[in-house]
Amino acid sequence: MASFRTEMRGDVAVVTFDLPGEPVNTLSPAVGAEFSEELERLGRDEAVKTVVFTSAKQDFVVGADVKWLGSLRSAADGERASRDGQQGFDRLAAFPKPVVAAIHGACLGGGLEWALACRSRVASDAPRTQLGLPEVQLGLLPGAGGTQRLPRLIGAQAALDLILTGRSVRASKARKLGLVDEVVPPSILVDVAVERARALASGTDTPPPRRSPRETFTRAALEGNPLGRRLLFAEARKQLLRKSGGHYPAPERTLEVVREGLEKGMEAGLRAEARAFGELLMTEVSARLRELFFATTALKKDTGVDGAAKARPVRKVSVLGGGLMGGGIAFVTTEKAELPVRIKERDDSSVGRALAHVRGLLDQRVRRRRLDRRGMEKVLARVTATTDLSGFHRADVVIEAVFEDLTLKRRLLAEVEAATGEDCIFASNTSSIPIGRLAEGARRPGNVIGMHYFSPVEKMPLLEVITHGGTDPSVVATCVELGKKQGKTVIVVRDGPGFYTSRILAPYLNEAAHLLLEGADIAAVDHALRAYGFPVGPFQLLDEVGIDVGEKVSHVLHDAFGERMAPPATMATLAKEGRLGRKAKKGFYRYDVDGKPVDTSVYASLPGGATRVPFSEDELRERPVLLFLNEAVRCLEEGILRSARDGDIGAVFGLGFPPFRGGPFRALDAMGAAEAVRRLQHWQERKGARFEPAPLLRRMAERGERFHPDG
Amino acid sequence: MAPQLIGQPGTSRAVVVKGLRTPFVKAGGVFGSLTSLDLGAAVVRELVERADIDPAEIDQIVFGQAIPTLLAPSIAREVGLASALPRGLEAHTVSRACATSIQAFTDVASAMALGVSQAAIAGGTESMSDVPIFTSRPLSRALVKASRAKTLPERLRAFAGLKPKDIVPVPPAIAEYSTGLTMGESAEKMAKENHISRTWQDEIALASHQRAAAAWKTGVFDAQVMHVPVPPAYTSTGTTDDIVRPDTSLEALAKLRPVFDRAHGSVTAGNSSPLTDGAAALLVMREDRAKALGLQPLGALRAFAYAATDPGDQLLQGPAYAAPLALDRAGMTLKDIDLVEMHEAFAAQVASNLQAFSSPEFARKLGRPAPLGEVDPERLNVHGGSIALGHPFGATGARIVMQALDALARRDKSTALCTVCAAGGLGAALILERV
Repeated sequence: MASFRTEMRGDVAVVTFDLPGEPVNTLSPAVGAEFSEELERLGRDEAVKTVVFTSAKQDFVVGADVKWLGSLRSAADGERASRDGQQGFDRLAAFPKPVVAAIHGACLGGGLEWALACRSRVASDAPRTQLGLPEVQLGLLPGAGGTQRLPRLIGAQAALDLILTGRSVRASKARKLGLVDEVVPPSILVDVAVERARALASGTDTPPPRRSPRETFTRAALEGNPLGRRLLFAEARKQLLRKSGGHYPAPERTLEVVREGLEKGMEAGLRAEARAFGELLMTEVSARLRELFFATTALKKDTGVDGAAKARPVRKVSVLGGGLMGGGIAFVTTEKAELPVRIKERDDSSVGRALAHVRGLLDQRVRRRRLDRRGMEKVLARVTATTDLSGFHRADVVIEAVFEDLTLKRRLLAEVEAATGEDCIFASNTSSIPIGRLAEGARRPGNVIGMHYFSPVEKMPLLEVITHGGTDPSVVATCVELGKKQGKTVIVVRDGPGFYTSRILAPYLNEAAHLLLEGADIAAVDHALRAYGFPVGPFQLLDEVGIDVGEKVSHVLHDAFGERMAPPATMATLAKEGRLGRKAKKGFYRYDVDGKPVDTSVYASLPGGATRVPFSEDELRERPVLLFLNEAVRCLEEGILRSARDGDIGAVFGLGFPPFRGGPFRALDAMGAAEAVRRLQHWQERKGARFEPAPLLRRMAERGERFHPDG
Repeated sequence: MAPQLIGQPGTSRAVVVKGLRTPFVKAGGVFGSLTSLDLGAAVVRELVERADIDPAEIDQIVFGQAIPTLLAPSIAREVGLASALPRGLEAHTVSRACATSIQAFTDVASAMALGVSQAAIAGGTESMSDVPIFTSRPLSRALVKASRAKTLPERLRAFAGLKPKDIVPVPPAIAEYSTGLTMGESAEKMAKENHISRTWQDEIALASHQRAAAAWKTGVFDAQVMHVPVPPAYTSTGTTDDIVRPDTSLEALAKLRPVFDRAHGSVTAGNSSPLTDGAAALLVMREDRAKALGLQPLGALRAFAYAATDPGDQLLQGPAYAAPLALDRAGMTLKDIDLVEMHEAFAAQVASNLQAFSSPEFARKLGRPAPLGEVDPERLNVHGGSIALGHPFGATGARIVMQALDALARRDKSTALCTVCAAGGLGAALILERV
């Protein structure tokens, strides 16, 4: 079936990309060949003076087909595919008749490279219209000329910003950058592109506006001469190393390739780009990131239930408690899900704080120009607050975000059940109270569920939906759907102490504490785990969440799982001393001086005192990580997790497990179950039963199986 | 004369399902940073929340203010949009000076009686902290001329004839356009012509404060008055009417100096309603619709009337003209009325209205065989009136309706007469009854 339709508007050929049977347009060699053929035909056709290229989908082109990328088996294959793409776009760029891209919706990756090869670009002003080169998020770089054409069009500094971060920009910003030539309403997009194409063909087009003197100066100073360029690239390199911790090869390669092109010319740049693309494609990092991409894509389609249960419509949400969590939940409900939300707080000043919290988050969006004042008023108008349960009657979902106290939560549940309709869902945003225990006291236990958001809600991408045995499947589907609308990545886990994320984190944090007791240095432990790829080390994390909170959770888990989850007494001692972490400005680190050095006074409360014992970085890393992975396997084995995929997503998006390792199950697959068992047993002999390999892991090792058979 | 009821009892008659208002607050007080629109949207949003009905049930919103917000002149529509009601909710703005939200209420009731509305929001809002400030006529003429000019010299010439005093901004006057008299001066005139003593005026004011204070104390207003957290910081919250003075006395009131006629006057700040910020709204439905939704109405509108008198005569005597008409239409006499809610613009006006109610001379002027009769002070404004509670012009009518219906329920009585006097010599009267 043809992917392109050509329609003549006088002497302008309007070519519409419409990949048959697909919701979005993606690029693959087959599409490239088809387009080249069509282009050749248009070149021969004398009735065609000029060409407009556009899309029939809601988006322009969302990039290369990531599945197809996975089919390339060697660096040489990848390089060849990149060369083919480059040559296709070279032909487009050299096409004698002017080609204008009419861009509406996402124009990403190969899609933007395509547009860059056109003579001119017109974009619609719809918010949906976003332009960017997100390849870096898959551990790659733009491999079809993007690293060469973008710096030539908008300057190296702006181009590096887009390519290295992978962020996309709206049409208005793209216009300012010089990425597109004109921004118009979607309704006249193609008409304007046709006019522009005609003007280009007849030479009556208006030249692009001159750059501001300041911009011209910066570009000349930084990019026009070798010295400035060296400065620019050195600075960019320093920044990205600080961000990536050296785990991600793609940004560095991108810098090299862009520089090569600027110094040795387009052809050399393209060759370097293709080579780097092929090599990056074969890296483990890119493979893991692409797997993660597929996992999140699959999760977006997952209803969260295995049966046919459908999500119920949600027209209104109520939130009990408007603190940091409740306020954040209210924010994502009104701003992302665009639903009315009613907050209940205990008094006027708490109501005021809750509303101020939501408004503060919206103010941030306004300051970042993601929202205008009027838009903010509209979002804010959906939020109301109360000190009683008035206005709860019509709520479809009530999310409680009050203090972690079972008696309190049960009382609220009873009050809510009395004030709401038969179908109203009661979701508890608890991180430690078993949902089954909460549901025991309920009149309608089937409507009771957990929705475990992470703090700060507006930033953290994960939502753990927790089902107890009696939760109605349609209730699960409804909460999963609501979570997605709130912009969350949602995994469904079965009820159990610590659910999934808190449970696998506990032995990891405990082990860090064991190391501390054995004499390890705080900074050394944190450094080792950051080097593994965690965004912060375990002690930094404890300071953030609160040492007392961590201590409380680990006791719950100790009670539930026995000896292997026993926390060393250290934490309780520290918490008792008032050392609670950042909130108390007293933790493992100091918060009263710049640079947050380790608070060495901690050591006084520990056996061994200030004399620290050197440990190998391998041990500091391996012990906590192995326990983390092993506990994840137990969760899968016990049916806490629905799939290894969910376990990977939950750890990466909820706990900051290194994305380039793909998640605990991908990491185990990469390591091999047998090796994991061997390392666990190694530590089991030395440190005790908490390192006992999970039975499922042992079975997998015996059978040589993987958690993800696809890889 | 046969009664002229508005709608059929049990079916097309309009009933009030719920009423709500913001606290009424001295201008420049806790709501000082809010606009009329902010206040109106806050009360409508919360009213719909508390009524716990599907917002899609509402088919119309009628809202108004006495002094228009020039940036949002279609205030009813803006209130609808700003309170997150469905974007497709039809709206129109009404204006009848101090009787604006009475007009909003009778508009929706009439539409229901005609069968063209099922459920509606009626109300009004006023911010005396956010009044439009005008430029002088010469300056505004010059600005208009300059905006049409094509060249710079032409544009500059437009301002040539202006005098320094033309540059000074002009605040809105609460004065009659046709007579030039302010409200206070008109009240003063009525006090003199009707021989209303200063003591009587101060007694009316005292009763208003004492009853309002008692009502607050006993929780009468808890369900009628919402708390309004004030954006953007939300650190302050409007919770209560701040004009009510529980501790005032006749002595204290007697000490105040007349404002409008310093030498021979009797109208003081103490026996007048103050400049106030606030909003109020009613959820009104056809009786059959309310029943179908299982809602228990607070009461129904039985009849209403508007009337007018020459503003050059006694400006605020409108209620004395409208009340007999409304009673006639209801098929009732004053004896059938359990409670009277009379808007207190000025105590002098209340006294004048009451005097006219019972005056055979006034009845003759109306061409009626007999006066309406005396109003028992124990049945008048039983929870206080505008002098103590404040008077955000656009909101007062809706406040009076919800307060009357609530008072009937508390006393297990059935009928109420509500009156509001308004600029231009207008008067409004409603007959309400419990369902």
